[in-house]
Amino acid sequence: MQTASLRLPAILILLWSPGLLLAQGSMEELEALYWARQKEAMSHFTQADVDFMTGMIGHHAQALIMSRLAPANGASTAIRTLAARIINAQNDEIELMQNWLRDREQAVPQVHIDGLNLMMHGGGDHGHHMPGMLTQEQLEELSAAQGMEFDRLFLTYMIQHHAGAVTMVEDLFAVDGAAQDEAAYKLASSIHVDQITEIARMQQMLDDFANQSQ
Amino acid sequence: MNAVCFRWALLGALLTTPVLAQDDPRVGLGAGLFDAEEAIWNLSLVSTNVPPEAYVGVTNSDLAFKDNYVFQGNYNGVLIWDISTPAQPVLVKDYLCPASQNDVSVYEHLLFVSSEAFGGRLDCGTQGIDEQVSHDRLRGIRIFDITDVTNPEYVANVQTCRGSHTHSVLKDPDDDENVYIYISGSAPVRPAEELPGCSDLSPDEDPGSALFRIEVIKVPLADPAQAAVVSSPRIFEDLVAPPRHGPSPADLEAIEKARAEGKFIISINGQSMVLPDQYVGQIISSWAESVGKEGELTAADTAEFRVALQGMFSAQADGEAENDGPAPGPTQCHDITLYPEIGLAGGACEGYGLLLDITDPENPVRVDAVADSNFSYWHSATFSNDGSKILFTDEWGGGGGPKCRPSDPVEWGANALFTLSEDGKMEFQSYYKLPAPQTSEENCVAHNGSLVPVPGRDLFIQSWYQGGISLMDWTDVKNPVEIAYHDRGPVDPNRMQMGGSWSVYWYNGLIVSSEIARGLDIFQLEPSEYLTANEILASNTVVLSYLNAQGQPEYRWPATFVLAHSYLDQLERSGALPADAIASVRSDLYHAASAEGDARAQLFQNIASALESSQDAAKAGLLKETLDALTQ
Repeated sequence: MQTASLRLPAILILLWSPGLLLAQGSMEELEALYWARQKEAMSHFTQADVDFMTGMIGHHAQALIMSRLAPANGASTAIRTLAARIINAQNDEIELMQNWLRDREQAVPQVHIDGLNLMMHGGGDHGHHMPGMLTQEQLEELSAAQGMEFDRLFLTYMIQHHAGAVTMVEDLFAVDGAAQDEAAYKLASSIHVDQITEIARMQQMLDDFANQSQ
Repeated sequence: MNAVCFRWALLGALLTTPVLAQDDPRVGLGAGLFDAEEAIWNLSLVSTNVPPEAYVGVTNSDLAFKDNYVFQGNYNGVLIWDISTPAQPVLVKDYLCPASQNDVSVYEHLLFVSSEAFGGRLDCGTQGIDEQVSHDRLRGIRIFDITDVTNPEYVANVQTCRGSHTHSVLKDPDDDENVYIYISGSAPVRPAEELPGCSDLSPDEDPGSALFRIEVIKVPLADPAQAAVVSSPRIFEDLVAPPRHGPSPADLEAIEKARAEGKFIISINGQSMVLPDQYVGQIISSWAESVGKEGELTAADTAEFRVALQGMFSAQADGEAENDGPAPGPTQCHDITLYPEIGLAGGACEGYGLLLDITDPENPVRVDAVADSNFSYWHSATFSNDGSKILFTDEWGGGGGPKCRPSDPVEWGANALFTLSEDGKMEFQSYYKLPAPQTSEENCVAHNGSLVPVPGRDLFIQSWYQGGISLMDWTDVKNPVEIAYHDRGPVDPNRMQMGGSWSVYWYNGLIVSSEIARGLDIFQLEPSEYLTANEILASNTVVLSYLNAQGQPEYRWPATFVLAHSYLDQLERSGALPADAIASVRSDLYHAASAEGDARAQLFQNIASALESSQDAAKAGLLKETLDALTQ
C-alpha cells in the first residue's frame, strides 16, 4: 500500500523557501515542473481509494443499465430526461475513475453491458455487493415494467441506488488517510453532492406521483 | 381520481439540439500547457502570469480584489499580485497554506479564506493529516490581517461542521462595525469527536443537525479574533418547488402547436402543459364516469371535459398543498451571492435556486425558490445591476467533466436566466451556454463570473473552465448572446487534464481570470460592433475600492460625456433614433463638451429636441438625465 497523505512533493520543498521568491525558470522548466508534480501527486493514495474507484465503476455501470431501459419501457418525458442525464454523467465518471486507476498503475475494470447483464473485466470487484445495488430480480422487475409503473419503479430503485453511492462516499471519507488525493476528493465529493441533489429531485417526483395516484 | 401522471409529462426541452458552430475559431485549437493555441474575439490579452514554482501544477481557484491588488487562491495557499501595471503584474506575496479550495474574499484590512478538504491544517503545515479525527485540522474559515498586504498575519479562524467549500462576505449597509460571512459547505459533516456539536442526524432526530442549514459568521472588524458562528438559519424549511423549468420559447411553441392540434392543455402553477396522450383516455373515462356519461362522447362532451379538466387539476393541486409534509429539500448551498444594496441574495443550493431577504444579516429569510428539470447542480447566482433579473449557473458534473461536447444538450450545464418581480418572484426566461463546442479533453461547464459595468446594458463575463471565458449580453433576457470570448486548446491533447478559467471578474477596467493550470490572465475589452469605445470608456468610470464577486456591488456611473455618448451609441445600434438625428446629437455632444453656460445649455436643448423622436424612450431618458447632471 502507498503512503497516504497530502505531503508536498519533494521537488516543491526543494524549490520553496519562505519569504524568498526564486527567479522564475524558463517556460520549459516550469512545464516540466508542472508535469512532474502531476505525476508525483499520483503517488499519495490508499487501498480504500482504489477500492472505492473500483467499486464505484461497477456501481455506476448498473445505473447505466437501469437508465438505458427508459426509452423502450415507455418512460415519461421527465424520466427520460433524468435517465439521459444519469447516463451522460455516470459514463463520464466511469472514464474518470478508470483514468484515476490507470494513472496509479492499478487494475482497471472494463465495463461490458449486455441487456441486464453486467460483466466487468480486468478489475477486482464487480460491485454487486456495493450498497444500493439492485438484485437481479429487481432489475428484471424494472425491465418488465412499462409506462407509469416503470416511472415509479425507476425512481424507487434509482433512489435506493444513489443512496448506496452516497453511503460509499461517506464510508470512504471515514477511513484514515483516504480521499486526501485531490482528484479522489473532488470526484467523490462531486458524486456525493450530485447524487444527494438527484435523490431529493427524484423523491419530489415520487411524492408527486403518489399524490396524483390517490 | 385514478392514477394521473401528468406530473411526469414535464415539458421536454429540445435536448438533442447540437451546438452548431463549425466555423467557430475555438473549434480545433491545438493543445498545450503554456503554448496552447488561442482564439480571442473582442478582447485583448494583456498578460498571462504563471504562478511561482511552489504553486505550479497546483490548482488556482477564486479571486478577490482590493485597491491595486488581486488575491488569487491556490490549493497551496494564496498569491497576492500588484496589478498596477496590468501588462506586468508583480507578485508581492505568496502565503503557503495548503487547503482546498482556498477561495478568497477581502474586506478592509481582512482576508478570508475557505478550507474544506481533509488535508487543511490549523498551522498551515504542508504535511497533511491522515487521521479522520484530528485537532490539527481546519475546515472552515481562516482570517488574515492584511494591513500590510505584503505580510498577511493569520489572526483567527472559525471551524464549521461541514467546512467551507466557498463563502460570501456580507457588508450590511447599516453596520460599519461588523461583516458577516455566509458559509457554503456541502461536504459530509465532521465527527463530533473532532468538532463538538456536529451532527449529521436529520433535524427531526437532532434539532442541532448540521444538515439543512447554512452558517452565518459575525466578524467584528476591530477584533476579528472574536469571529464566531452567530446563527444557522434553516432557509430550506418547508421548501416545495416543482422539479420543472419554466417554459422556454421552444416549449411555448410546442404548446401552441399542440393546442392547434386539439390536444388537452392544462395549467399548473401558472404554466401550461400538454396532457400526454397516454393519460388522456383514462382521465376522460374517469371524468365521464363521475358525471354519468356513457358511450361515445360527443363534441359537446369533449368541450365540457376541456373546461372540467382544468378544474380537476386545480382541485388536485390545492389538495396537494395540504398533503405535503416538510420536503427533503437541499442540505446546503454551493454559493450565495449577496446584493446588500437591494437587500437580497441569490442562493444556489443543490437542486434549487433561492431568493433570500438579507436585510437582517443574521436571519436571512427565503422569499422564493425555483427548480429546473434541466439543472443538475445549482452553483452560483448573479443579479442584474438594477435587481430586475437574476441568473443562476448549473455546475453539472462538478467542473471536472467535459460537458460542452457537441453531444451535450445546450440546456445542461448552462446558465438559466430569470426575471425578478418587485414582489420577489423569479420567472424563467431562457438558457445560455457557451456557444462553441469543446473537446472531450476539456473540462467545461458554467462557472463563476461578474457583471461588466457597461451603462444601460447587462453584460456578464463568465468562466467556462477549459471552454475559456465568454462575455454574455443578457439585456434582452429572452435572447442572451455572446459578444466576446477567449479560449485555449486543451492542456493535454490526449486526455482530460483539469484546467481552464475558474473565475473571471471585471475589476476597474480589467478582466481578470484565474486559470487553474496556467496562472493569472488579464484582459481588456476591445471595441466591436457589439460594444463601442464609448461604452468601454464609460464602464471604466466605475471605480471599485475592493471586490468580492459573491458580495455583489452596485455599479453607479458618474455623469460624463462618455456616458452620454454610450447611450447615444446604444440608440444608434438599436435603430431607435434615425441616422440624421444620431449625427446631429453626436455633433452637439462633442461641441457641448468644450462649451460652457448658455452655450452648453443651448446644445443640450437641441439634443433634447432631437431625442423626442426616439423609439426607445427609456434610453433617451437616461441620456437626458446624464445631460441634466452635466448642466449642473
